[in-house]
Amino acid sequence: MIDIALFIPCYVDQFYPKVGLATLELLERYGARVDYPQAQTCCGQPVFNSGSFDAAKPIADKFLEVFSSYQYIVCPSGSCTSMVRNHYAELVPDRIAELRSKTFELCEFLHDVLGAKPEGRFAHRVGLHASCHGLRELRLASGSERRVQPFDKVRSLLSGLEGIEFADLSRGDECCGFGGTFAVGEEAVSVAMGNGRIADHERGGAEIITGGDMSCLMHLDGLLRRQKKPIRVMHVAEILAEATGGHGHT
Amino acid sequence: MDTREGMTTEHPENAAAFVANDARLKWHDESLWFVRQKRDRATSVIPEWETLRALGADIKAHTLSRLADYLEEFEQKATALGAHVHFARDAEEHNRIVHGLLARANVTRVVKSKSMLTEQCGLNHYLEAHGIEVIDTDLGERIVQLRHEPPSHIVMPAIHLKKEEIGDLFHDTMGAASGTSDPKVLTEVARGRLRGNLLAAQAGITGVNFAIAETGGVVVCTNEGNADLGTSIPPLHIACMGIEKVIPRAKDLGVFLRLLARSATGQPVTAYSSHFHGPRPGGELHIVIVDHGRSAILGREHYRRTLQCIRCGACMNTCPVYRRSGGHSYGVTVPGPLGAVLAPHIDPKKHRSLPFASTLCGSCSDVCPVQIDLHQQLLLWRGELGHAELIPLRKRAASQLAGWVLARTWAYEFLGRIARWILPKLPKALLRANDWGRQRELPPAPKESFRELYRRRRGQ
Ligand code: SF4
Repeated sequence: MIDIALFIPCYVDQFYPKVGLATLELLERYGARVDYPQAQTCCGQPVFNSGSFDAAKPIADKFLEVFSSYQYIVCPSGSCTSMVRNHYAELVPDRIAELRSKTFELCEFLHDVLGAKPEGRFAHRVGLHASCHGLRELRLASGSERRVQPFDKVRSLLSGLEGIEFADLSRGDECCGFGGTFAVGEEAVSVAMGNGRIADHERGGAEIITGGDMSCLMHLDGLLRRQKKPIRVMHVAEILAEATGGHGHT
Repeated sequence: MDTREGMTTEHPENAAAFVANDARLKWHDESLWFVRQKRDRATSVIPEWETLRALGADIKAHTLSRLADYLEEFEQKATALGAHVHFARDAEEHNRIVHGLLARANVTRVVKSKSMLTEQCGLNHYLEAHGIEVIDTDLGERIVQLRHEPPSHIVMPAIHLKKEEIGDLFHDTMGAASGTSDPKVLTEVARGRLRGNLLAAQAGITGVNFAIAETGGVVVCTNEGNADLGTSIPPLHIACMGIEKVIPRAKDLGVFLRLLARSATGQPVTAYSSHFHGPRPGGELHIVIVDHGRSAILGREHYRRTLQCIRCGACMNTCPVYRRSGGHSYGVTVPGPLGAVLAPHIDPKKHRSLPFASTLCGSCSDVCPVQIDLHQQLLLWRGELGHAELIPLRKRAASQLAGWVLARTWAYEFLGRIARWILPKLPKALLRANDWGRQRELPPAPKESFRELYRRRRGQ
């Protein structure tokens, strides 16, 4: 049986526990043994991206201490996964190799490792928000800048669901403007970017905006709720858990 | 890399001023996105695009690894062709050399084709202060020159202006009929004026896109043919280039010409790629090769790759922050992601906000035709600024505190619980008085965290 350590990012733990639960249920549904090491806190990204590399180092050390012994580490966030996989090299250079090969973003893990083909029903029109770190640092999809064979792991997981429709976006993978502390440090641009993304999803007729990073969705949701717009946000894990619940899986 | 008048050096403030004009914001964003899409279309017909990028990156990386040798070879070959090669350590020396050449030839009227290097060096002001008239011949460049402001983009210098504004400007400065906003008519007006300037010029200054070590020739790419016009009438041609513009062989040029135009404007090739191999008969060609901080970057392993840049501007067009904050908000000659990694080399304190003017979305790195890892460099700069204690104290203190908390499970859990308990009780006015809450709702504050739910589920 596959042994998985769940890595639930700090803000998901505190503000979006349901996303954590959906992730847990989903992975268990695919027959994995899932453990949530309770000593975990955060990957250190907010501190690291703010330029305090020295303050981020003890957090990375702690991460290693908590997670090193597991076969796989799976996280419902592209950004936090990328922090561990791509940026821990700055913080814990000599121990990065072991982490790199076994840390996965949730959709990536379902798609690449488990070969999952989720089935179930989700009769909604969703707008897929490709989060930048998942897209360009983890390569979960091909990205509009590069001229490579097109692929999209998140979309292919979702597209097996019955009744699901995707909103057509005019800018498929433009950044939503969250960017961690950017959201407060550059409030004006951040909000302008978020509103631009929302307008695109509205044009595409999305009822729900989904994606692999709750942080981007938190920013968009904050704007949507303030402007009292009817679009909801859901993490991909929530959609998959809801749709596949009771239907079994392949 | 001077700081712009009337602009602070803090990107967030400048950006907020730009964002405040909603119509301009939308239109600026859309104009640049249009160019980005044109670039996408132009690259999609090249099946080997990614290979070409890798090749371009490799050639540049190789050249940088033995830059001194290639510069020497270039100097020899160019001299053998009859050109004069000068080396300048910094902007000051560059300006002095150019002025010296002009003064020696008694030149008082110069035409210049677009060059970001001379812009960076402040050449126009320097020459004007010495009584020499400088006319920029690139249309966009001429527009910003007439407005007494710096370019806002390295390829499209006047992209921040609407055609109506240009109409007003041409009415005031060139006698265009009032209310004209037809780009074709305006271009004709400018062309008529420029013709006179070109005929009267005693010297032409150009930038350099590529300098070929093997042949000693320089290549200048323009869409308006102004480099040719500006150098074929006056007998004196001064070409100014940074040390990183050299490429090894003539056959490398094809790689870069294919990458440059497509990345810059989505054209298969620029309308004019002008080759200057030695002076024209009876004329003089001077090539001024400038360091101005570049060799310092070359010496810094992490940042060296920025010198691979071919100045196509694609990183600006794709950057969602640049598109929504305008080039002037960066307060430096080269804006956007590229500018944000270059500027701190010159003055880290002054430009400390630039590496933070990014969501680190990574689009710049993927669009860059020579594979510069721009967003990684932005991140590295953040670390470096933090290390040098150049990040505002409040922000640094917050990070240190967060770091302390996040390294301790008990502290994290405890504070998390307090935050979830207190947030819903805080008065709305308070929540709406900060940079998150002013325009966005806070995330929900659930009773239980995930770990609490998990414990309950597992019966722990
Ligand atoms: S960094 Fe890359 S994308 Fe940006 S201007 Fe230079 S070559 Fe073009």
